[in-house]
Amino acid sequence: MISERLYTFADFVCKTLFEPLINLIDDKKKKKPLFLSPSNSEMDFQVVILAGGFSSNLAPLVSKEVPKALLPVANRPVLSYVLDLLESSNLKDLIVVVEGEDAALTVGGWISSACVDRLHVEVAAVAENVGTAGALKAIAHHLTAKDILIVSGDIVSDISPGAVAATHTRHDAAVTAMLCAEPVSGPAESGGAGGKDKIKKPACYDIIGLDSSKQFLLYIATGVEVKRDTRLKKSILCAAGKMEIRSDLVDSHIYAFKRSVLQEVLEQKPTFRCLKQDVLPYLVRTQLRSDVFSDEKAVEENGSGHGKNNMQNNDGVSSQILSNAFLPSFHKVYESGLDIRKTHKCCVYIADESKYCVRLNSIQAFMDVNRDVIGDANHLSGYSFSAHHNIVHPSAELGSKTTVGPHCMLGEGSQVGDKCNVKRSVIGRHCRIGSNVKVVNSVVMDHATIGDGCSIQGSVICSNAQLQERVALRDCQVEAGYVVFAGGEHKGETFARK
Amino acid sequence: MDPRRGPLAVPKVRRVGFFTSIEPSPETPRPNRSLSGPAEAITSSSPLSDSPSGQFISPVQIPPSRHHSDNLASRAAPVPVPGPSAFRRQLANDRTLHVGSYNPVDSLLGTSPPSSNGEVSEDSGSLFGFQRSDSAKLSASFPNGGFDMTVAVRAPGESEAKVATASTSDGRKKNVEASGESESVATKPRKEKETRSLKEKTSKAERRAIQEAQRAAKAAAKGEGSKRAGESSRPKPSKPAKQPQPKKEAPQVTSSVSEKRAVSVEKERRMDVPQTQMQYDDKSRVDKAKRRSVVEQTESKNKVELFLHLPQYERGNQLPNLSSNIFTLDTIHHAVYKVGLQHLAGDIAGDNARCIAMLHAFQEAINDYTTPPMKDLTMDLTAKINGYVSFLIECRPLSMSMGNAIRFLKNQIRKLPVDLSEPEAKASLCSEIGRFIDEKILLADKVIVQHAVTKIRDGEVLLTYGFSCVVEMILLYAHEIGRKFRVVIVDSRPNLEGQKLLRRLVTRGLDCTYTHINAVSYIMGEVTRVFLGASSIFSNGTLYSKVGTACVAMVANAFSVPVIVCCEAYKFHERVLLDSICSNELGDPDAIANVPLRNNKKHSKTMDNNKNLQFLNLMYDSTPAEYISMIVTDYGMIPPTSIPVIVREYRREDLLL
Repeated sequence: MISERLYTFADFVCKTLFEPLINLIDDKKKKKPLFLSPSNSEMDFQVVILAGGFSSNLAPLVSKEVPKALLPVANRPVLSYVLDLLESSNLKDLIVVVEGEDAALTVGGWISSACVDRLHVEVAAVAENVGTAGALKAIAHHLTAKDILIVSGDIVSDISPGAVAATHTRHDAAVTAMLCAEPVSGPAESGGAGGKDKIKKPACYDIIGLDSSKQFLLYIATGVEVKRDTRLKKSILCAAGKMEIRSDLVDSHIYAFKRSVLQEVLEQKPTFRCLKQDVLPYLVRTQLRSDVFSDEKAVEENGSGHGKNNMQNNDGVSSQILSNAFLPSFHKVYESGLDIRKTHKCCVYIADESKYCVRLNSIQAFMDVNRDVIGDANHLSGYSFSAHHNIVHPSAELGSKTTVGPHCMLGEGSQVGDKCNVKRSVIGRHCRIGSNVKVVNSVVMDHATIGDGCSIQGSVICSNAQLQERVALRDCQVEAGYVVFAGGEHKGETFARK
Repeated sequence: MDPRRGPLAVPKVRRVGFFTSIEPSPETPRPNRSLSGPAEAITSSSPLSDSPSGQFISPVQIPPSRHHSDNLASRAAPVPVPGPSAFRRQLANDRTLHVGSYNPVDSLLGTSPPSSNGEVSEDSGSLFGFQRSDSAKLSASFPNGGFDMTVAVRAPGESEAKVATASTSDGRKKNVEASGESESVATKPRKEKETRSLKEKTSKAERRAIQEAQRAAKAAAKGEGSKRAGESSRPKPSKPAKQPQPKKEAPQVTSSVSEKRAVSVEKERRMDVPQTQMQYDDKSRVDKAKRRSVVEQTESKNKVELFLHLPQYERGNQLPNLSSNIFTLDTIHHAVYKVGLQHLAGDIAGDNARCIAMLHAFQEAINDYTTPPMKDLTMDLTAKINGYVSFLIECRPLSMSMGNAIRFLKNQIRKLPVDLSEPEAKASLCSEIGRFIDEKILLADKVIVQHAVTKIRDGEVLLTYGFSCVVEMILLYAHEIGRKFRVVIVDSRPNLEGQKLLRRLVTRGLDCTYTHINAVSYIMGEVTRVFLGASSIFSNGTLYSKVGTACVAMVANAFSVPVIVCCEAYKFHERVLLDSICSNELGDPDAIANVPLRNNKKHSKTMDNNKNLQFLNLMYDSTPAEYISMIVTDYGMIPPTSIPVIVREYRREDLLL
């Protein structure tokens, strides 16, 4: 089946050699209705999932076979969580953008096997290292809807993307970002968690400035910039009157953009690479002197009060009445105060603190997500837990005197020898674990082999890796297919073939 | 005091100018009143009777004392005895003693002294000032004063006639009959009133009596204008008349298509009815509605007993619930959804704006509409619109004007010719909606502005309450054409809509005073005219508007300041409203519990769980017609008694054209 797809894929590449976008799943007949704007009664949103490629942050974990989007979280690819989330919001026409053609092929293969019957998914491949902004630029000609919902492919969350879309629609905003409370990172071992958290707290924060109603974004600086001086726009501060600066929120990479604005920005600023670090701060910075609305667009959206002379007089009056009736945001006030200056709104949706939202963008995050999905946020995993708060697949074989603690997962066909102890760990499918093995706070992926007497703490063992006897690992990562020789004791190491 | 108040002495003197301005010849009525009215009788009768008159003016004249700026010092000495508040209390005592026989006189006197003393202004004013101190004592010691019943009896009749003449000379022929009719109606209960305690002018029973009489008159009028009377789609008064009609229609038509149509018409009519009148204390119906509902709603725990018939829901999680459902609501068009969201979040306020936003959304929805196969456009579209409307109601109860607009739209759909193709039908509907917005709202506003501006003269002090877009247009236009006037904006918590108005007026260079409704009785003293917006006006002339309006109107009435209501005719409603309980809307209770800029989270938390505490955030109140001097509408300036005429003569044609 895969070879067949490869063939069509190669065929397609030949035809559109210089086009960065490759459609893998759908043949041309199917494609046409998909890229048209969605049917009229539905909301006018297109969804783009940025699934990334082989992220260097996750170096030993990702491999040719496993791009970032397919990293297993509780034995399911992380992308499936995003797809499920969108599906639960009834968003079924999706565009998945993957960096690199190999990765696109792999991701496309997985999607077609997993959910072709439920969702209409387009997989588009873009060149590697173009950044999120570049990726969007590459697929720009496929965006037709009025608003674009952009979701990062590595999010594990239960926040409805509809909430972002609704906020966006309600305010008629140029961009709406979703912020959520900073996730707790570090292994949550009972009791001793406090001290470790301190050490592992990330060094960089997102500095976010909100207006007093907490609906508009006045300032945003992402982690990287913070070490330098940060500058605020005086005009924005004056117009808003009051600004609340927070560092306990993180940008969770779910955005709603107005398509016209997004495309305008990408056209005007070819140097922009990243949505989060370039596009969003730019839009926030320029919200009171907006260049992104050319005149015709201002007419297009007459509801928001950018009335133009060439409009009919009555329309002007009615839009005036409408805009007068709205609670004046500081944009309006600023607009009315000076000569006609165009503004755009940058809104935020702040997720409830009880909601779960984590991005899988580092090894630590990978561990955290795995831990949470079978632990605190287990409603996300979609599995039903046993009475002991763990999931042991019926086909898994446990030796005598082996204990599998709560918040554990044992995939199908795995074998665990005698006198083993598994705590707060995820063990993939068809793993073979010898006797007298201790696995704590770790992730063992499919088909791994662990010899007798091993001790694994806080580590990730990738698929097909092999641990020989009496290996002790602490905070280590073992690349896929790597063989760790017997008797070693390792701490904080990364095992990868050079 | 401050220089800007200087020129205001002039309008103060010409307070009765309200009437003169309407009348073509201002000379005739004025002497007429001062001669025949009880004012004359009082002033001539004794010094005693003078004293209460002084008293009654006193609240008007005390506060800023701009008239007496020159002889302020001389005045300051004698006056110290009663502060204005003490004064009022005494006054109230008097009233109870006198069985309220002052009251009608009061209403007259309030207007008459300036007219009679107008030319004397300063001296007479100070004269009153001197007399005032002992007048209270005097009147207290002579409980029966100089008033006899006959004077009191004549007074209201007189004033009524005055209003009537004012309105007739307004130049509208239709108004003549209307006011004539209403006068005969209105004087009847007045007479009843005299026999009873006159003090409680506004007691509920009396108002009801008036309104019943008016309704009877209206019913009679309806009987005369028979043919159309049946077509009113409001349930109670017209139901018996309504039902036979479609039956009559049915046998006449023979073709099956139009028969089906007639059935559908009847069905739609039935669907029309419950729109605004869902009783939320009716358990079974609420449950039924809940099953259909789109917005997830939890009923609030501490319901206000008196308002159980209105929807009372927890506010907190409505918006998140709805917004997370954004993509799952297939049945709701996104434009409608957006409007609903904005209503729910309170982003959009003001009746005209809400109505326009809704109509625009419907326009968009109709544009995107395609008839499903095997279905009739008329029926399917009506069902769709009904779905949208019920969604909007769940987001926020409709205002009366929106109800009217929806009825208009449904009528338009109903009247579509059967042979029209779908694109044509859609185009015609959209253009009809556009026409409605243009003619009934925007053009109407322009006409109202033109009319109302004639009532603003140089040096006046205009008071407005809250925020009304028509009033804003009037004020801006008057400023544009060079009228010199000052604006007092009265506002109230929790929405503080007046601030929007204030900001815009000040940036345009108008002279504004901003105050809250607590101070309305203070500020009313310097006001010469009150302009109010309206959410709706009912057939009995009751004004239905933002809560607090009644208070402002009544204070204005007590100070004899004319109250002018600006309202587009599409907001008129053929129902009769007697109180503000039956039909109202409850806002977010937290809005009144939480004071902004004060950190009272802990405080409100403890309050939330208290069973003995209920927050009541009413959105509207009703102002009886008697406190309204004039209604400026797109059909001209009319007295509140003429509302049924407009509804009968104009609106019906619009609705069933």
